[in-house]
Formats: sequence, structure tokens, C-alpha cells
Amino acid sequence: MSAEPSSQSPWQAATITRIERRTPRVTSFWFRPSRPFTHLAGQHVDVRLTAPDGYQARRSYSIASAPGAGTAIELAIERLDDGEVSPFFHDVAAVGDEIELRGPLGGHFIWEESDGGPILLVGGGSGVVPLMAMVRHRTLRNTAVPVALVFSARVWDEVIFRDELIGLDDRLDGFNLVLTLTREPARRPSDYSRRVDARMMAQAIERLPTAPRLTYVCGSNDFVSAAADALIDAGIPAEIVRTERYGV
Amino acid sequence: MVTRGFFSGRRPPSDSDARVPPGQYLEQGFPVLSAGPTPRVRPEDWSFTLKHGPRPLKTWNWAEFNALPQSKMTRDIHCVTAWTKFNTPWQGVMIDDILADAGIEPPTAYTLALSFDGYSTNVPTKDLVTGKAMVALLYEGKPITADHGGPARLLVPHLYFWKSAKWVNGLQFTERDEPGFWELRGYHMYGDPWREQRYSSDP
Repeated sequence: MSAEPSSQSPWQAATITRIERRTPRVTSFWFRPSRPFTHLAGQHVDVRLTAPDGYQARRSYSIASAPGAGTAIELAIERLDDGEVSPFFHDVAAVGDEIELRGPLGGHFIWEESDGGPILLVGGGSGVVPLMAMVRHRTLRNTAVPVALVFSARVWDEVIFRDELIGLDDRLDGFNLVLTLTREPARRPSDYSRRVDARMMAQAIERLPTAPRLTYVCGSNDFVSAAADALIDAGIPAEIVRTERYGV
Repeated sequence: MVTRGFFSGRRPPSDSDARVPPGQYLEQGFPVLSAGPTPRVRPEDWSFTLKHGPRPLKTWNWAEFNALPQSKMTRDIHCVTAWTKFNTPWQGVMIDDILADAGIEPPTAYTLALSFDGYSTNVPTKDLVTGKAMVALLYEGKPITADHGGPARLLVPHLYFWKSAKWVNGLQFTERDEPGFWELRGYHMYGDPWREQRYSSDP
């Protein structure tokens, strides 16, 4: 949590500097805050939209970029058809627009190099976003902390950050990527094509040199419940499991 | 600052404006949020303890607690993640009735609600008494499911909903206002949705 001077609004304008489609439903937006800040991997920002009549809508979005990766933070926003904020970003927002944001926020679902490892990350769909910040933080810091990321997506084309993750996996430097596709056959020999379960978690843990020190699970409520139960069935103590749920 | 190109949004119906706090939107579902795995607390392992500091004042088991007088509260609830849900119907034991059964007056002005999973959250004692809060046992007439905090959760509906601790197993009266789990991690000590007290830096 950043210290925010009480005399100043915690909201600030941020300029969209870049937009990049990630998957058919997820697009990344880079925001350059007018008051720069350094976040921790796993933190989020609140984004606030204001209509001409003063109506405001706000949502929380996890930061995908690593701390210190640049002057802009990356938010990977999934389009929710019945949403009111994500369709605005997908249909209206353009480079150069100013958007109000607040943050960085969150003091629980975070990983710092000093927290050590090994760490086990489990993400479902766009739940991978805060985990991506942790993976990128590890890469940028050039640490040897062993990491396994179990990433569940419906199909190959919905694997967000796919090329980047496979590239990191191929470096064989202690980062292990385990993909599981729930509606398509696996594409890589070591991947799966089923929902996450205890056996998959046990096999992911075996890819780490020692038992994980911390595990992070993020996704929809149903995904997080299933994944957290699977971790506990695989012998992980509940005390080292941190979860973040979209809520709906 | 008006956002270019943002006009519509999921506005609350105009007749409900007065019931939706600033920055909130109306939600029909019942989202689930928590910091860790969902604990599965069996009724035979359940207990509820009132404490003054480290000293236990009284403990109830599941049967004893369910035998206390029960009340119903139907309230609007407000989550810090910006959803508001109208008319949520709860049944449980008012904090007033728990204190009466223990035969005590609240010994201090501050309280920490404690949970089976190690979660805690602070609430001023005055916000728990005089009909303001309960330990809820039923939602919509049925036992509260584990993901919503069952078997029992605190219900303090006039504060942001993280104050309504899931899997509650006790109230600890404290001499000072001591931050709980989220309050140590940047969230507001009091959490009034009508004053938008979301984060620690909010007035």
C-alpha cells in the first residue's frame, strides 16, 4: 500500500500509452500515471470512469507488469459482456486517453523477492494476471527462486501471455510452466487437458526442488475453490495458500 | 474528471439511488471473496468464545449457541470491491443476546472478531450492540454455505462487508482499536460505506 498524502486526492490521471490484444477476450492497456509509483508484484489498482452527469463506475484490475519495468503499468482487461467498465476499455478507450486510477493497492496477494521460494502459482483464465507480475518480477530481478505456474485456460488461443510464458519455460532456469486446457487437447507433452485436480498439483509440486514456501491462487470463485481444495488434498498446508477471487 | 466516451454504465434504478453508497454498483448475485482456502468447519468442531484480551469469558458449542434466542435481519450489504446487494435476509443471534447470555456488559470500547482460519477484523464495540449486528447462522432461511462463511459469520451490515467476518469463532474485547487482517494490509480501520472509507488513507 502506498502512502497517500491526505491533502491530495488518492485518484490521479493516467494516460493510456499502448493497447495490445492478447487473446480474443483479453486486451492489455498500458497506463502512465501522472504521479509515478512503484508497485509490488500481485497488487492492483482501482480504475474510475466518470460520465458527463457525474455517474461513476469503478473496478479493480491487477497489474500484469513487473515492478520497475517501465514508466507505464500494464493492465490486462478481460471483456465481460454484461460489464460496464471492461466494454468501455475494449470498445472506446484509445491511446492518449486519460483515465483516473488509484493505487497501488493490496497487501496480501503479493510476492517480493525477499519472500523467497519455491513458489507455486495457480491461475485460471485472467486470474493469471497478478501471477504474471510475479513471474516477470522474478525474471527482471534475475533470481533463481524456483517457480511453477499452473495455468488453466479453456483453449490454446485463450492462454494469455502464451508466447512469453513458453519462452520463459524454455530457458530451463527454474521457472516451470504447466498449461492445462479444459476444452481442447494439450499441445505440449508436459501439459494437461482437464480441470485442475490434486494429482496435477502434486505433479506440479514435483517439478520444484523442494516443497513450496508459498502458493498463490487467482481466478473465478469456482476455480479458486477447486484449486485450493486440490492443493490441500495434495498436502499443501492451508496457511501458505493465498487466494484472490474475482468474486462473481 | 469526465472520461471521454463513457456515458452509459450500470446505473442503479433512480428509485434506489438513495440506497447505493458512493462508488458502489448494484449486484444481483452474491460474489465470494476471501484471502485463503475455504475452511470446512464441522458443527461438532465449532465453538464461539467471548474474550476480554486473552481471557475467555464464555464459550458456546454449536448446540448451545443455536439454543440462544434468534433474530432476523434483512439488510443491504456493501462490499469494498464496489458491489452492493439489496435486501439480504439473515437469521442468527444478536450480539446483544450473546452478551446477555454471558451475563456481561461489553468491557471495552473495541472488539476484534476472530475466525477459524486466523482472519480477524476490528469493529468498535458500539457498532456491534443495540441491534446493529449478529452472528448469522442462516441466509435465505438455509444454513450459510462454507464459501459465504458458514457455519456462522458475523453480520455488521452498516460497514463494508469485510468487517462481517466469515467462519467467525469469537469476539475479543480489546483496550485499544487494534487492526485486523485487512486493516493491517491497507484497508480502513472503520469502513463506513457512506463515507467511502475503503483504504487506510481515506478520511
